[in-house]
Amino acid sequence: MAIDIDTARKVAHLARIRVAEEDLPRVAAELSGILGFMEELNEVDVEGVAPMTSVTPMRLRLREDAVTDGGYPARVLANAPEAREGFFAVPKVVE
Amino acid sequence: MNGNELTIAAAREALRAGEVSAVDLAMACLTAMDAGDGLNAFVHKTPEIALDQARAADARIARGDAPGVCGIPLGIKDLFCTKGVPSQAGSKILRGFRPEYESSVTARLFGAGAVMLGKLNMDEFAMGSSNESSCYGPAVNPWRVDDRLLTPGGSSGGSAAAVAGDLCLGALGTDTGGSIRQPAAFTGIVGIKPTYGRVSRWGIVAFASSLDQAGPMTKSVRDAAILLGAMAGHDPMDSTCADLPVPDFEAALTGDIRGKVIGIPREYRMEGMPAEIEALWSRGAEMLRDAGAVTRDISLPHTKYALPAYYVIAPAEASSNLARYDGVRYGHRAALAAGDGITDMYEKTRAEGFGREVQRRVMVGAYVLSAGFYDAYYNRARKVRALIKRDFEAVFAEGVDAILTPATPSAAFGLGEMSNASPVEMYLNDVFTVTVNLAGLPGVAVPVGLDARGLPLGLQLIGRPWEEGALLNHAYVLESAAGFVAKPSKWW
Repeated sequence: MAIDIDTARKVAHLARIRVAEEDLPRVAAELSGILGFMEELNEVDVEGVAPMTSVTPMRLRLREDAVTDGGYPARVLANAPEAREGFFAVPKVVE
Repeated sequence: MNGNELTIAAAREALRAGEVSAVDLAMACLTAMDAGDGLNAFVHKTPEIALDQARAADARIARGDAPGVCGIPLGIKDLFCTKGVPSQAGSKILRGFRPEYESSVTARLFGAGAVMLGKLNMDEFAMGSSNESSCYGPAVNPWRVDDRLLTPGGSSGGSAAAVAGDLCLGALGTDTGGSIRQPAAFTGIVGIKPTYGRVSRWGIVAFASSLDQAGPMTKSVRDAAILLGAMAGHDPMDSTCADLPVPDFEAALTGDIRGKVIGIPREYRMEGMPAEIEALWSRGAEMLRDAGAVTRDISLPHTKYALPAYYVIAPAEASSNLARYDGVRYGHRAALAAGDGITDMYEKTRAEGFGREVQRRVMVGAYVLSAGFYDAYYNRARKVRALIKRDFEAVFAEGVDAILTPATPSAAFGLGEMSNASPVEMYLNDVFTVTVNLAGLPGVAVPVGLDARGLPLGLQLIGRPWEEGALLNHAYVLESAAGFVAKPSKWW
């Protein structure tokens, strides 16, 4: 399936990656190439086949609903690009 | 022989016999590591940690309380979170990130006395087959046949180069589509990807959560058995990590495979396959027959759909896993212009921090998961994946014990040689290995010979789920029969 410039722009936004307008044609072409490769999957008869969810058959265990970790805000913030008063600081979120 | 040239098994013996100390071994490897800068294998060196751990290991050995990997110097792929030590997954977006926690696997190994020499180079976010997408520059294959620098493969390229170049006694790698097995084959070493769920993924930077597995990269099959045994085991922090006892993989290396059935899948004979690879594969089958196994032609009909299915599923999972790299809590944050809001921060941070291949895969993933395409691509790929796994289950149910295939479509290629290739051409490097991740099976690469120019070629063995011991035993037989002892001549 060919990806056009508009779709490439939408996909870049979905991925939250800034792609310059002049780079969109290249990105569209590369994505089209990769997606074209996937067209082969349409040849397979998947009638009645359940999509694989669990790679190795296993039950997901549940654990006790208790607080077992935490209480060290300094460590949590240790790698923050910007932290203030115990919070991660970011630009304005709400308009 | 210098300490860094030993195998893990030999070093273990020497340590226990008091012939060498853990500090001696660490020093020999640190010296080799520093002399090995030309390979660009180690990207963060941890000599002080190594010597502290070695001293502690020596004390433990003296007390007689030493597990097999106690005192053994290892390299750790940059994908593992190692507490207080840079862990960047080969990416600019994690520059400066020093985890406040230790991955489960490295915690287990260091708890058993293993020694960390440093972090190893890799393709960014484990996405690649040549280690050329790394923010640290490419790793270099210790093998050379002319003046070209060759790729060690990827994504665990630094791990492969370090082991093959004797900069360490063993290394940790991870494998999502072949990233342990392909570099092992390109550098003439052993690499095993265990059954999905055998080894914990907690604290390993996630690429594709249903495909990723950590595994050992070593100089011999015995070493792989030793290191895998020390890595594996249940972890309550990873809900996909199986609560199964870890067998003694080393004890499984009996060398006896009489009566075992080795499947040779006809669909792995690809059009245009180089004659040398075909010949090596036949020779491998013959070696296993000479050891008393029986080879059988088998069919894995959905093989050709593995690569396209992988390149839907892996990017889809990656787009989800890499959403967290947004400049908020760790790593790179873009410098912002006046008036930039949160979305600008996300978009600029990720455009600056992610390399081209990562951006491509995250975007492909976002696309195939988006409304209107989820069914056509992602769901369809997961159905095909179920069929691929079913092909293997059918064959194992018919009595096949292991499957023998080529590991790679060629020997190591030159750095930069694939730069004009399309992304899809690079993906073809994974053609023999991705099926194994899709099916969740264990797979091992064993060096078997050299190509006409003198570069290593390996073969792959695929095993039954949870039977890494039996798989390694088949690999052990192949290794002995092949007698591959060649080492790269030191040009660095």
